Amino acid sequence: MKLTVNGEAQHVTATTLAALLDELDYAPDFLATARNGELVPAAERGSCTLEDGDRIEVLSPMQGG
Amino acid sequence: MLTLYGETLASRLLLGTAQYPSPAIMAEAVRASACETVTVSLRRETTGNRTGGQFLELIRELGVRILPNTAGCHSVKEAVITAQMARELFGTDWIKLEVIGHHDTLQPDVFGLVEAARILSSEGFKVFPYTTDDLVVAERLLEAGCAVLMPWCAPIGSARGPVNVDGLRAIRAHFPDVPLIVDAGLGRPSHAAMVMELGFDAVLLNTAVAKASDPVAMAAAFAEVVEAGRNAFLAGPLEPRDMAVPSTPVIGKAVFE
Repeated sequence: MKLTVNGEAQHVTATTLAALLDELDYAPDFLATARNGELVPAAERGSCTLEDGDRIEVLSPMQGG
Repeated sequence: MLTLYGETLASRLLLGTAQYPSPAIMAEAVRASACETVTVSLRRETTGNRTGGQFLELIRELGVRILPNTAGCHSVKEAVITAQMARELFGTDWIKLEVIGHHDTLQPDVFGLVEAARILSSEGFKVFPYTTDDLVVAERLLEAGCAVLMPWCAPIGSARGPVNVDGLRAIRAHFPDVPLIVDAGLGRPSHAAMVMELGFDAVLLNTAVAKASDPVAMAAAFAEVVEAGRNAFLAGPLEPRDMAVPSTPVIGKAVFE
């Protein structure tokens, strides 16, 4: 499946968001995720089924003013 | 004491966490400032990277309240989804709402700001809007559900200090019961003292501390003047006068000629 993750094209075998994070070696604890511009809460990542062409955002805490 | 959305804070200084020479110096500056609230942000995480988690753990060790921001968002949609992701990530419904309207000045897009504030307030967020000193916009933000306003005093990171003191006086006078936090543009402790003497409830700083030669010492300096400025406001400062007024009584003065 071809996805865009944080603006970069990715070919993955994962079919759920939770599996995608694992496949791409993200630590799931300190992340917020969105699929096609909609928040996907951590508890729903396992049931969030991915589709070809999805745009995924994976954000984490950082310094801010 | 300062009350923001029902939370009582002893410190009237809110501090940003960006641009410090190192995470350790940031943490030391936060401690030196005695602030109880820090701003944080969120950005794309790279695969295999753990820096976001490490940063959050460092902040949590400081025992301060987290105020996430939507820095860099230029549209309502972007700001709203960023706020939702921040709530998920940081576990707080507080959000410093930025909707930027201009690349060079980082001036808020006040139209988008009001719209985003309305959406987020309806979703239960406690919105801290980064706004201008415009009174009409302030009214609209309050109508949208905001119970705190954060007017700038100069462009973000400019260190210019209050460029429109009359505007700040006006917003303070028009909204005597709304907590007002000066956010953005403060460069020196004297700037913070000035706005606190005007009666602002608190200040939010980042660059002025983080980019000082000694951020820890500067954090402590700001903490001192914020408290002094507040005490001066409560003490009722004298208004400037055009002409001299003798401080020593003239009654009873000896006459020699």
